[in-house]
Amino acid sequence: MSNKMHLKVFRGDNSGGELRDYQVEVDEGMVVLDVVHRLQATQAPDLSCRWNCKAGKCGSCSAEVNGKPRLMCMMRMDLFKPDEIITIQPLQAFPIVRDLVTDVSWNFEVNKKIPPFKPKPKNPDGTWRMMQYEVDRVQEFRKCLECYLCQNVCHVLRNHGKHDVFFGPRFMVRLAGLEMHPLDDADRVKLMREAAGIGYCNITKCCTEVCPEDIRITDNAIIPLKERVADRYYDPLAMLFRAIRGKNR
Amino acid sequence: MTNYATHDTDVLVIGAGGAGLRAAIESAAQGMKTAVVMKTLLGKAHTVMAEGGAAAALATVDPRDSWKTHFRDTMKGGKMMNDVRMAEIHAKEAPDRILELEEWGAVFDRTPDGRILQRNFGGHTYPRLAHVGDRTGLEMIRTLQDKLVHMPAEIFMETTVTHLFKTGGRVTGALAYSRDKGEFHLFRAKAIVICTGGLGKAYTITSNSWEYTGDGHSLAWEIGADLMDMEFLQFHPTGMVWPLSVRGTLVTEGVRGDGGVLKNNKGERFLFNYIPEAFKNDVAASEEEAVQWVREVVAGKQATVRRPPELLTRDVVARAILNEVREGRGSPHGGVFLDIATQRKAEDIKRKLPSMYHQFVKLANVDITKEAMEVGPTAHYIMGGVKVHPETAMSTIPGLFAAGEASAGLNGANRLGGNSLSDLLVFGRRAGLGAAQYVRKNNPAADVNRADVEAAIAHNLSFFERKDAECPYALQREIQDMMGDLVGIMRTEDELTRALNALDKFEARAKKVSVSGGRVYNPGWHVAMDLRHIVQISRSIALAARERKESRGGHARSDFPNYDPKLAKVNLLIKKAEGRMQVVQQPRTEMPPELKTLVEEA
Ligand SMILES: Cc1cc2nc3c(=O)[nH]c(=O)nc-3n(C[C@H](O)[C@H](O)[C@H](O)COP(=O)(O)OP(=O)(O)OC[C@H]3O[C@@H](n4cnc5c(N)ncnc54)[C@H](O)[C@@H]3O)c2cc1C
Ligand code: SF4
Ligand code: SF4
Ligand code: FES
Repeated sequence: MSNKMHLKVFRGDNSGGELRDYQVEVDEGMVVLDVVHRLQATQAPDLSCRWNCKAGKCGSCSAEVNGKPRLMCMMRMDLFKPDEIITIQPLQAFPIVRDLVTDVSWNFEVNKKIPPFKPKPKNPDGTWRMMQYEVDRVQEFRKCLECYLCQNVCHVLRNHGKHDVFFGPRFMVRLAGLEMHPLDDADRVKLMREAAGIGYCNITKCCTEVCPEDIRITDNAIIPLKERVADRYYDPLAMLFRAIRGKNR
Repeated sequence: MTNYATHDTDVLVIGAGGAGLRAAIESAAQGMKTAVVMKTLLGKAHTVMAEGGAAAALATVDPRDSWKTHFRDTMKGGKMMNDVRMAEIHAKEAPDRILELEEWGAVFDRTPDGRILQRNFGGHTYPRLAHVGDRTGLEMIRTLQDKLVHMPAEIFMETTVTHLFKTGGRVTGALAYSRDKGEFHLFRAKAIVICTGGLGKAYTITSNSWEYTGDGHSLAWEIGADLMDMEFLQFHPTGMVWPLSVRGTLVTEGVRGDGGVLKNNKGERFLFNYIPEAFKNDVAASEEEAVQWVREVVAGKQATVRRPPELLTRDVVARAILNEVREGRGSPHGGVFLDIATQRKAEDIKRKLPSMYHQFVKLANVDITKEAMEVGPTAHYIMGGVKVHPETAMSTIPGLFAAGEASAGLNGANRLGGNSLSDLLVFGRRAGLGAAQYVRKNNPAADVNRADVEAAIAHNLSFFERKDAECPYALQREIQDMMGDLVGIMRTEDELTRALNALDKFEARAKKVSVSGGRVYNPGWHVAMDLRHIVQISRSIALAARERKESRGGHARSDFPNYDPKLAKVNLLIKKAEGRMQVVQQPRTEMPPELKTLVEEA
C-alpha cells in the first residue's frame, strides 16, 4: 500500500528561504521522519534535518508539522488525509542553521548557569536511602528529552524573545528536578527569581501541551517553584520558618 | 589550501556517549586539558536509547549476588572468549560506578527499603540491572552530561572526526568537520580516547542510528591499531518487524525480564526446544517452572526455581527465532510473538515499560497491554573493537585509547544485556585515567604532519568535485543489504567470500560518489564521508567471520555449526599490513586458577 503525498518543506537558512513542494511516495506505517529521509535519498540529498533514535527517545527530530511542534519520528503519516498538504518547518524560537535544523546552543548555555546537584552527606553505612514515592516526581522531570518543543512554543521566548532574562520551561523542569531531589542540598531559589526569570511565566500551559514525554511542566514544575520563590521573597514568616527547619522540610 | 582551525589539548575524547563522557570527566578531574567531540548534540548519543539497565552486582534485590557471580555470568555469556582481566575488573568495579552516578544526581528506581532496584535480564543469574523504568540510558547520559558541563572541558557538538594522525609511532591529532558550518578543525592532542560506539549501520535492519558507522574502529585500524573479535556481532532477538519503516527498532529485553514470553504461530513457547547443553541446569525444564519463577520474582521474592528460557543469552534466542521463521512457524510479518499482555497486569506493564508501551501504540498501533508484539532479530551491538590493555585501555598504538562499544575484550563472543552501560562507566573512567597518566609521562607530543592534514581535507572535499556520479545514499543502502544477506546471523564460507569480493567493488565506488550542495549541514556529504568506514569495518567482520570456522556466541556458521576446541584458544586480530587488512590468530592466555575455579563451580 503506498500513495503519493504532497509536502511543503522549508529550504533555506536564517537569511531567508522558501517552502518547497515535493511529491513523495508514502508506505503504510511511515512517520514524518521517514518521509524526510525518503526525500533525502531520492530528491533532495542535501536536505538538512536532525535525528538519531527514531523512537521518540533522544529529542533530536523536533520540527513544526502543519504548524504543530512535534517529534517527526513519532508522527505517523496516516494521521493526515491522503490529499492533505503537509508543511514541515524548523522550530521558530531559535535561529535557523539550515532547512529543518536550528541553532539550539543557547539552551546548552542556559543549562550551565544552573548550579549542579549537591548531595547531602551519606548515611553512616556509606549509602543514601530514597523511597520510590519520594523520587516519583523527580523521575517525571528527568524524563525530559531536551527536544526543546516547550521552549519553542513558550510565548516569552517565541514572541517576546526574552532569551536573556528567562530560562524557559525546559530549564524550569531541570530546576524542579534538582530542587525536589530528596538528596539535593543546594539552594537555587535566588537564581530562579533572578537569572532564571521564573516571574516571566504567566502559566499559559502551552509548554505542557506539546511535551512529548507528558511532563506536566506547568502544574508539577513551574507552579511549585513559583511557590518556593514567593515563600522566600514575600513572606518573612515563611523565611524565618525555613531558616529554622531547612529547605526540604 | 583550505583553512582550518587548530585546537591544542592534552586529551581528545571522540564521542559523548556514556564512555566518552565518563572518560572526559576523569581526564578533566586529573587536571588534563580535555576536549570532547561528537557527531550529534550533547546528550543525544546512542547511550540515550539504552532501555533495560546497567548491570552491577549491588545485591540489593538478591543478597546472593556478588562480583564473582557477575564475572562467571559474563564469561559464560561470552563463551569464554572474553578478556579475563577485563571481565574481572568490570564485575568488581561496576557497583562503585553506579553508586557514583547516584552521587552525581541520578535517580534509579528504588527497592522497598530505599536502595537501588535491580531487574532480571538474560544470562544474569540474579536480578542485577539498576534501571529507571525503560529509560536507563537517558538517566545515565543526562547525569554524566550535567556533571561534565561544570568541569573544565571543551565541548564540540556536531563535530565529526574523519582522520587520525600519527607521528613517529604515536598518535598526535585528529581532523574533524563541524556540521553546522562545514568547517575543518585540527585537534592536536597528546592522547586520544576513542568512544565512538558501534557499527549497526552496516546493516539495513538494525537498532542503531545513523551515527553508528564504526568510525572509531575504522579510524583506529587506519593508523595501525589492532582490532579484535570483529566476527562477534550481536543480533538482538527482539526488534520490531512491522511496520517496515521501524523494522529493527529495539524492543527491550526488559519485556522478557519482566515476564514476557516468546511464542510461535502455533502458540508454543518454542524456546524450550532450543536450550543449549551448557545452560540445561540454569533454565526451567517446563512451562510450570517458568511460570512459578515469574510469579516469585514479580512478588519480590528470591526465586526458588529456574528462570524461563526466554532469558537465555541473546545469540541463542536470536537463532531460535530465525529457525522458527524459516520453518514456517513465524508471525505474519516474518517474526515471532512476544507476549507480556497475558503475563502481567496492564498497569504494571505501563509502569515498568512505559516507553515500550508508547512506542508500540504510536508506531505500530499495538497496545502491548492487550496484544502480543511481533518481533525478530536486529543488528544491535558489536562485541569486537579496538584491542585495548585491560588496565589502562590503551590500544596497540601509543597514546590511542578506546572504551565502550568501540573497544573489545569485555564481552567475548556475546554480550549480556546490561553489561554495556556498566562497561561504559568502568572502562570510560579507566580510559580517561590511562590517557592522563600517559600524557604525564609522555609530554610534550610531536606535532601533526601538516601534509597529512591537507591530504585529509582534500579527500573530504573530493566528493564535491565530481558531478552527477553515484549517490551516496543508494550506495550505502546497497552495502547494508549485502551485509544483511551475506554476513548476517548464519554465515557460510561461500557467502563470506562473496561479501569480501563485493566490498572491494564497493570500496572503489565509495571513493567516487558525488554530492551536491554546499558544506553547511549537508547530510549527503556526511553519508559520503562515512562510507569509507562502513566498507572497512564490514570487511573486518567478514574477514574474521571467514577465519573462525566454528559457531560461537554472536558468530554462527551453518557450514561449521559446532564449537571447535582449537578455536576456543584463540582470539582473532585484524591488523594492517602494507595498507591491507589482515586477520591473525592470537593465542589466549590461560585463565588464572582462582578465576578458573569460579567459572567451573557453576
Ligand atoms: C536501543 C538500544 C538499547 C540498548 N539498551 C541497553 C541496555 O539496556 N543496557 C546496556 O547495557 N546496553 C544497552 N544498549 C547498548 C548500549 O546502549 C551501547 O552499547 C552504549 O550506549 C554505547 O555507548 P558508547 O559510549 O560506547 O557509545 P555511544 O553512546 O554510541 O556514543 C558514541 C559517540 O561517539 C560519537 N561519534 C561516533 N563517531 C564519531 C566521529 N567520527 N567523530 C566524532 N564523534 C563520533 C557519537 O556522536 C556519540 O557521541 C542498547 C543499545 C541500543 C541501540
Ligand atoms: S506556562 Fe509559562 S513556561 Fe509554559 S509556555 Fe506558558 S509562559 Fe511559557
Ligand atoms: S520538558 Fe518536554 S517538551 Fe520540554 S524539552 Fe523536555 S521533553 Fe521536550
Ligand atoms: S529521532 Fe530521537 S526523538 Fe525523534
